[in-house]
Amino acid sequence: MKKLQLLIVGNGMVGQRLLEDLSRMPHVYNITVFCEESRAAYDRVHLSSYFSGASADELSLVAPEFFEQNDIRFLREEAVQSIDCLRKTAFGTRGTIIKYDTLVLATGSYPYVPPIPGHDRVGCHVYRTLDDLDAIRRDAANCRTGVVIGGGLLGLEAAKALSDLGLQTHVVEFAPQLMAVQLDQQGGAILRNKITALGVQVHNGKSTQKIIDGDQSRHKLVFADGELEADLILFSAGIRPRDALARDAGLAVGERGGVIVNDYFQTSDPDIYAIGEVALWQNKIFGLVAPGYDMARKLAAHLCQQSGEAFTGADMSTKLKLMGVEVGSIGDAQARSPGARTCVYEDGVKGVYKKLIVSDDCKTLLGAVLVGDTSDYDSLLQYMLNALPLPESPSSLILPSLEGKPMLGVDALPGTAQICSCNNVSKAGLCQAITSGCTTIGALKKETRAASTCGGCASLVKQVLESELKRQGIAVNDHICEHFACTRQGLYHLVRINKIRTFDELLQQHGKGHGCEICKPAAASIFASCWNDFVLDPKLVGLQDTNDNFLANLQKDGSYSVVPRIPGGEITPQKLEVLAKVAQQYDLYTKITGGQRIDLFGARVDQLPMIWRDLVDAGFESGHAYGKALRTVKSCVGSSWCRYGVQDSVGMAIYVEERYRGLRSPHKLKMAVSGCTRECAEAQSKDVGIIATEKGWNLYVCGNGGMRPRHAELFASDLDDATLIRYIDRFLMFYIATADRLQRTSVWRDNMVGGLSYLQDVVINDSLGLASELEAQMQSLVDTYVCEWKRTIEDPEALKRFRPFVNDDLPDEQIVYVRERGQKRPPRAEEKALASIEHEELV
Amino acid sequence: MLILERSTNTTWHDVCAMDDIIVGTGVAARLNGEQLAVFNTGSGVFAIGNFDPFSGANVLARGLLGDIAGVLVVASPVYKQHFCLKTGQCLEDPEISVPAYETRICDQSKRIQIRVDSV
Repeated sequence: MKKLQLLIVGNGMVGQRLLEDLSRMPHVYNITVFCEESRAAYDRVHLSSYFSGASADELSLVAPEFFEQNDIRFLREEAVQSIDCLRKTAFGTRGTIIKYDTLVLATGSYPYVPPIPGHDRVGCHVYRTLDDLDAIRRDAANCRTGVVIGGGLLGLEAAKALSDLGLQTHVVEFAPQLMAVQLDQQGGAILRNKITALGVQVHNGKSTQKIIDGDQSRHKLVFADGELEADLILFSAGIRPRDALARDAGLAVGERGGVIVNDYFQTSDPDIYAIGEVALWQNKIFGLVAPGYDMARKLAAHLCQQSGEAFTGADMSTKLKLMGVEVGSIGDAQARSPGARTCVYEDGVKGVYKKLIVSDDCKTLLGAVLVGDTSDYDSLLQYMLNALPLPESPSSLILPSLEGKPMLGVDALPGTAQICSCNNVSKAGLCQAITSGCTTIGALKKETRAASTCGGCASLVKQVLESELKRQGIAVNDHICEHFACTRQGLYHLVRINKIRTFDELLQQHGKGHGCEICKPAAASIFASCWNDFVLDPKLVGLQDTNDNFLANLQKDGSYSVVPRIPGGEITPQKLEVLAKVAQQYDLYTKITGGQRIDLFGARVDQLPMIWRDLVDAGFESGHAYGKALRTVKSCVGSSWCRYGVQDSVGMAIYVEERYRGLRSPHKLKMAVSGCTRECAEAQSKDVGIIATEKGWNLYVCGNGGMRPRHAELFASDLDDATLIRYIDRFLMFYIATADRLQRTSVWRDNMVGGLSYLQDVVINDSLGLASELEAQMQSLVDTYVCEWKRTIEDPEALKRFRPFVNDDLPDEQIVYVRERGQKRPPRAEEKALASIEHEELV
Repeated sequence: MLILERSTNTTWHDVCAMDDIIVGTGVAARLNGEQLAVFNTGSGVFAIGNFDPFSGANVLARGLLGDIAGVLVVASPVYKQHFCLKTGQCLEDPEISVPAYETRICDQSKRIQIRVDSV
């Protein structure tokens, strides 16, 4: 069959989503994409994170090789100049000419700049693309003050960006309140108070007449009443559909802009479609990403003739966090529906404002405004979207959660209820994925994309998961094993709160049976995390897993490997010589590890104490390579030697390694410190990564290498040494308290409801009031650290366990080696068989 | 080696003192050229072969003790298969087992003895 030519104009979030949706369906198109920007589609919703550390790559929405793999012709940095609808031909700005069968306009919108005299002065910016942000960043380096013109949702985002760049920031809004589209007047006022308290000055009801040279600063904004000086000006006065191309081509456009489309996104030319912010449907523009994604999905199906699902409009409710202030707006927030009644809760002290808009019979929810606390957003949205009957007293839905607050159980929701509006995932869709095996939040997110765009529905997704698993009777027995009817987190709290120090006590009080190789090591790890008692103490030794049991790493032949600590990977030639001597004396196979240490293999259990003695005498200590514990803190050479280094990464790595050495946790922990942004220590693949900046340190968390690589996420920027350590203390102890058994920080983070921002709230803003407790717990572990090897070789009782046989001091003669490349190694099976024949012949 | 009692085809060997095994752990012992794993669970003393048929290494004495649905077991420290302390049977694979030995505690609860049947 002849392929049809499909031309997509624009590669923004919606255009890209259309490509992705198409690539999952069988279709008959040769696809060409015009992308005006130098970068393919990226996440504009989280644009402001570009200033708080996210890189352009991290914001990218395009998987590597996506265009190649899907045979899409991608024209970078080329826009469409004109369209000839009669000849069905598009002309690119760089001379490309494409004949199309079907064309999709996904040109999005542009920021509206009011035609105030002086609007085009140098140092006036808009906030839409990464190029805009680069320009703002360059300019801001020489500025002290910045002003955002426009106090809507985007304007406040932009104000955060300016404030992140270190500018003293003002917001000027023409309307008498902030976020006039989403909030009512009182909600706007509360938001204003909160934002002012964060150091951003808000000027409401100001109409800017002109912009002229300032006296102290570069610019002066002249209002009808008064003036304001600033070095940098950022316009965020709303968006306008980019419909010029369509206009020139003769397509029908709306009075106030936007390409008019029908329910199937067809423009006045039936072979030309429009979706996203350029499309005008029933005289409405949808300026959020969720409706755009919905359009992309429906258009993809339409183009593939899969379904005739018509567009029926979109809910414009939003929940977001502006400069740390939670704001939510649902449905008819301004109570414009006839007969609408309202009910308000306000706490002026905490800065919390909640308003419900209900129907005149008080039976259904029409809208809501939430400022300062959006914890009720998810359930309120479901009430509104599904027209669920309200409780007798609707105000109970927004009152502070005391006992008896009516909970909207997810069970009450119909299967059609949309849980994730960004990706149009219904409750039924989630349930289907759960049935087919997605039984963790991480798997469910990956499969359905729910909660993966704005993350607002994460807690609801979790509730659906839990309830559905329970309903289907899929054994989500989260018990750690048959001996304890609780999770690892549960055990941890029992141990800590009841000050339990032995397994017998724990088993007697909270378990049954004798324990097993699951719960015993878990308990041992928890005891160590809480009390730091010697792991080979007679009361604890029987709990230790294979490697902890002998403070070394068991190898396939029953011998062990030994890894001394080499903090930060820094080692003197003298100490290297000691390692060489020990390795020679005991004939140990020697290998450099990935963590900048040296691993000595092939030690028999009876040799371990002698090896440790030699190492300890030379100033080495245990490297805990055997423990679910801090392993290594890798570092680059840093500013001491490197031409590019900006901080002493080795010094910091050694400090961090010595602080957290021996720390036992739910799984192993790896860290790294890089001395500059070149990141030679690969800190972004570690549980804790530290990267030097000109001003201090950037902290990254929850990365992983290995089987499931995951980039660490930027957690906090430009920290001084003390703050850095304080955050790591809190982060690690919170992980230890809340992770599952053998759960690395990366998986822990993927399953965390509320995601990174929740973690930041807990660690940075102390939202749970735990910070000082977590720090104290860590300090006590730091203070009680002892080298386990040294402790063992000084303890005759502990040493008894290292005899080869209880009734015989001759070593195990069955441990034998062959030699390869100048070192020993265990024989392979066929070599072993040969050896045993020879042995028999000898006998 | 001290041989304590000899009948026609049964021998009890003194292996070690009770104090030589920390409660909840095991030790390796050598008896007639065989390697044994001897455990004190706290509720009794058990002996099975020390050779782990899955890894081919003499390591079972270093495994973790516990119970699976009431059956007392040791988990191999290498690949974690379970062996019944009383019978030596592998719980994961009915085809596989390790030898099990009878034990007793003598001399006013101070010494551990193991019975080995001669062939």
